[in-house]
Amino acid sequence: MIEKEYIITAPEGMHARPATALVRLAKNFTSVISIWEGNKTVPLNSLLNLLSMGIKGGDVLKIRIEGEDEITAAEALDHFFSQIKDL
Amino acid sequence: MRGIGVSPGISIGRVLRVVRQKAATTGILLSGDEAVREEVDRYRAAIDHSVAEIKTLIGAQTGTTPSGAADILEAHIEMLTDPQLESDVLERIQVGKKNASDAVLEVTSRLIETFRNMEDPYLAARAADIEDIGQRLLKHLGTLPSQTSPLEGSAPARPGEHSAQADLPFIIVAEDLSPSDTITMDLRRIAGFALQKGGSTSHAAIVARLRGIPAVVGCGTSLDQVADNDILVLDGATGQLWVNPGDALLAELRRKKIAQAENALLLASLKDVPARMVDGRRIRLLANISHVGDMKDAFRHGAEGVGLFRTEFLFMEKSSFPTEEEQFTGYKDLARTSQGTPVTIRTLDIGGDKPLPYFPMPKEQNPFLGHRAIRISLDKKGIFLTQLKAILRASSFGKLKILVPMVSNMQELRVAKELFTTAKNELMQKGVSFDKDIPFGIMIEVPSAAVTADLLAQEADFFSIGTNDLCQYTMAADRMNDKVSHLCDPYHPAVLRLIHFVIQQAQLNNIPVSLCGEMAADPLATLLLTGMGLEEFSMNAPSIPTIKHIIVKSSMNKARQVLRQVMEFDDPSDITQYLQDINA
Repeated sequence: MIEKEYIITAPEGMHARPATALVRLAKNFTSVISIWEGNKTVPLNSLLNLLSMGIKGGDVLKIRIEGEDEITAAEALDHFFSQIKDL
Repeated sequence: MRGIGVSPGISIGRVLRVVRQKAATTGILLSGDEAVREEVDRYRAAIDHSVAEIKTLIGAQTGTTPSGAADILEAHIEMLTDPQLESDVLERIQVGKKNASDAVLEVTSRLIETFRNMEDPYLAARAADIEDIGQRLLKHLGTLPSQTSPLEGSAPARPGEHSAQADLPFIIVAEDLSPSDTITMDLRRIAGFALQKGGSTSHAAIVARLRGIPAVVGCGTSLDQVADNDILVLDGATGQLWVNPGDALLAELRRKKIAQAENALLLASLKDVPARMVDGRRIRLLANISHVGDMKDAFRHGAEGVGLFRTEFLFMEKSSFPTEEEQFTGYKDLARTSQGTPVTIRTLDIGGDKPLPYFPMPKEQNPFLGHRAIRISLDKKGIFLTQLKAILRASSFGKLKILVPMVSNMQELRVAKELFTTAKNELMQKGVSFDKDIPFGIMIEVPSAAVTADLLAQEADFFSIGTNDLCQYTMAADRMNDKVSHLCDPYHPAVLRLIHFVIQQAQLNNIPVSLCGEMAADPLATLLLTGMGLEEFSMNAPSIPTIKHIIVKSSMNKARQVLRQVMEFDDPSDITQYLQDINA
């Protein structure tokens, strides 16, 4: 299992466009990728769940990746968060 | 009739009502496994049809549709195929024995409610997207009639049109507009929106502003009395609406509309004209910005540089204090995009009311009178030194100036300058090049600094007057507090005398002085401030053309006359009344 933390830098929080791209990226892997906050964990395959978390600019996004391709998935997420400008 | 004006401009058009059908739950329960299977199949088919329909819409996107339309539609596909939505709906069908239409209505209503209750206006606006996909699904389930947008494709033929009305463009009257509505409409044929619901951040308002379509929202049920083909006039700045105005009123509104359009053209034509008064006195108009990306917009409005670059955002976008290297990159980008124009960088201006997530500040009784801005910089010298070194290094790439906020006494300025010398020495020892003549100035926004401007002018390289804080500190009135904000009037003689004194003292000591508060963008203050001798104004970029227009048609004689007259009044309301009269 790999755990990652990313900071949302867009002052307006998570927009629909990057959120859509993130969910689509997560769906490419067999690993279970989820966001967790305290005791609550939601799978990252749902845009509705992701948006309804109400993530704001400056929030830390904690992502847990578990499965066969977790290393590749983690690298892909790193790449995604380093490239994306409006997240 | 009146609503909230959310996209400025006057529109004259004929009404085209867009009525959205509402679906209600039937409450009919399914009997038997066969019925359940059928409903599951119907739901899946509705999803497939909805997705296919959106894909066709994406394929049909042209240059005339609002930018970002495809992104919204892609998000809609993702929502329709969302596993959470699917499992919620299927549970209601399979366990709750609801029919597909009732299940979709229940699930989407709950989601809409969740989003509407979000604090963040952007996320709250996503409720419109959920409502949109819900409507689309219900259409494909046969619950709602499959209607196309009345403005899709060719012009709708409408009976009973007068020939004069037929020439008028449409004004859309509706409860609200969904993303699908605005995407499928041919917006080129629409002169305005008048909507019952919504606010300045609702989807329709955003699209209207993006496309420059005048819009009034939140009109309430009074819009019910408006019928198709009525003549409607709306003012998207004031939120006023006129239904079937008489000939005289209509003529007057038409004149107002033409005057506005001419004014917009005039302002645009001023972009490359220097701000020179009729007697030749040159005034510099600069922009206040927070991001390097704002520079393009500043130049587009005719800014001659940046009078205030707020560095807070550079710090807020990080999870810990940005390193010297990170800050250097940011300031270097800024210097490079400034195309040789001057850029004034203000050092970190944070406090109890403007905290950083990674720099906890204890709760203060009075954050505005507390540990903030230069007071923090002089306390946490390392942070200040890092910022100064980063700005110094970037000064090789452009015409940079350093501005320190909230100085209240000479001692603070002296210590800040010592640290500035330390920063320069450190860089010199390392052999790093920088602009040796980079000016080091201070904000004048605390009354104690304004009153001792004659002393501070001997140590500072320039002044920048911050009228927002100067006003509330002078009047001892919080401008965010409704009960006392009326006291916080920049046209109070006390504030005006302080500003005048600061400008005079800067001139006596031969140092530049600029003004970067909201007053710089207020057309009422332009002549008064030039009369005081101010030659540099820094403001939000879109205000530059308006201020320039006042400058190019006035003389210094007139400005001095305005100043003399204003200084004779003792009541701020007499002053604003007089300034309004001379501007009219």
